[in-house]
Amino acid sequence: MARIFVYIAHKGGMADDSAAELAAAARKIDAAVLPTAVVTGSGAELDATCAALRASYSEIWKIENEALAYPDAELVRKALVKVLPPGSVLLVSHEHFGIDLAPGLSIKLNSAFVSDVVEIAGVEGGYLKAVRQEFGGQASAHVHCDISSGAVVTIRPGAFKPVANTSASGLVVDRSLDVGTLTAGRRYLKTVVAEAGDVDITKYKVLVSIGRGIQEKGNVEIALELAEAMGAAVSCSRPVVDAKWMEKSRQVGSSGKTVKPKVYLACGISGAFQHLAGIKGNPFLIAINKNPKAPIFQVADVGIVDDILEFLPELTNKVREMRTASAK
Amino acid sequence: MEILVCARRVPDTSENEIELNSAGNDIERDELVYSVNEPDNYAVEEALQITARVGGTVTVATVGGEDDEEILRREMAMGANRAVLISDDAFAGSDGRGIASILKAFVQKGKYDLILTGVQAEDGAAQVGGMLAAMLDYPFASLVTSIEVLEGRKLKISREIEGGNKEMHEIDLPCVLSIQTGINEPRYVGMRGIRAVASVPIPMFGTSELELDPNTVGESAAKVKRIDYFVPALGKGAEMLHGNREENIDKVLELVAAKGGLK
Repeated sequence: MARIFVYIAHKGGMADDSAAELAAAARKIDAAVLPTAVVTGSGAELDATCAALRASYSEIWKIENEALAYPDAELVRKALVKVLPPGSVLLVSHEHFGIDLAPGLSIKLNSAFVSDVVEIAGVEGGYLKAVRQEFGGQASAHVHCDISSGAVVTIRPGAFKPVANTSASGLVVDRSLDVGTLTAGRRYLKTVVAEAGDVDITKYKVLVSIGRGIQEKGNVEIALELAEAMGAAVSCSRPVVDAKWMEKSRQVGSSGKTVKPKVYLACGISGAFQHLAGIKGNPFLIAINKNPKAPIFQVADVGIVDDILEFLPELTNKVREMRTASAK
Repeated sequence: MEILVCARRVPDTSENEIELNSAGNDIERDELVYSVNEPDNYAVEEALQITARVGGTVTVATVGGEDDEEILRREMAMGANRAVLISDDAFAGSDGRGIASILKAFVQKGKYDLILTGVQAEDGAAQVGGMLAAMLDYPFASLVTSIEVLEGRKLKISREIEGGNKEMHEIDLPCVLSIQTGINEPRYVGMRGIRAVASVPIPMFGTSELELDPNTVGESAAKVKRIDYFVPALGKGAEMLHGNREENIDKVLELVAAKGGLK
């Protein structure tokens, strides 16, 4: 069985939440062996992360390099190519860093690549058996990946229930000397923090959230009216921002805001995992969508198959009637 | 600047209900509406805007079959100077690495300063751009949300990261970038525009034109194989309301009120 590594992202001396999920995924590949953690960075934050990982991993490979102070995937890839033994299986979280790092890494390691894995059924006859999703989550697929020359696997955030290893002895192995000088044709300049918008959607108990089903900019008004009647705010999914129908600050998802409302009305939202990743705190989720196959219905509490352009205005009228009646 | 955009024709998931075929080895494709993969369309628009600013040409290439000519014509109607169909029976069953190998061979037949792909296609793998860059030893950036051409064969780009934040980088040419949706507003293509390019010849490249060893691509070379499709069963599944609209509205209001959402 190939040696399994997990790449641990970290910030401020703490391992990212994905670390425990990657450990869970690694166990599904081989339950008998603890994976080896790989951590890159520099200075006290790197040391703090490695120290914190000692409780959960029997071995932690530390790669310290000034060039890796910021986790730039182009440099991290070069470092990993120098350090990982042939035939390794490496797990990375499928978010912006993993997407940047992993496909090219599989080429440089001459290993297989499976991306955005949501479930693992173990290894059989040299094949890793995994589950992926296609067509925006409307179909799942069993895939078999030949890991005889190793593999790079990206793991969907949130798909694996985190496990914490407690029996580990925690040996930190410094692999920094194997890396040497790192340079790349891409240079990190700075991070630009998102602008605050007119409405802070993270402050609302009820969100009327709209997706592609709103169809055109003029229809956004329908959602704004409902939200006003309910005392809610309007948030949205990515396609609405891409089409410039709403500001980026209204977007819920991994590349937008993380919200924790009590009630989330998903209106014309298909339910891509990147969107769902921004909905925390287990709100009561009501989904309204024309497409009965929309993945949002798999995760919603209540679902209605209907056209939001007709449903929402009638809902607004009803809320207004109720308000008027109760005011009397 | 000479720009290559790698595009793909895919079933439009926002317009279609995806159903599996009876064998479970594919989706039912007969009734599907196909279109250009959405991020690829943003990539073509970005290429057109760059060449409008600094000069150069835009080539759009797809690995596929005759049906895929439709999206090549659409992208030429948008303004792409040239379209190429990369097609060969030997390509069938290629995994991501196979597709990247085919594109690498095509890139080496030309001279491109910048190669763009969409961030991901219908399989959601987001893999070909990064693999192609690694095969060519070009720098790579994914999830790109802006491109500015600098002096000295460099670009300044932004990448989308978490929480609506952006990472800024400088990147040397030639490079490969995977383009995120929302980077621009792709121009509208009318029927008239498509008719205007209807008779433009689309050259075809196969293994012999690309001088590509057929054993390095296609199903036999694929390390990753899809075994079957199945209907996902994630989550607990919603309680579906089957009343008429008025009943459903009453139920929604009742539920929202019960959860403390109407105060």
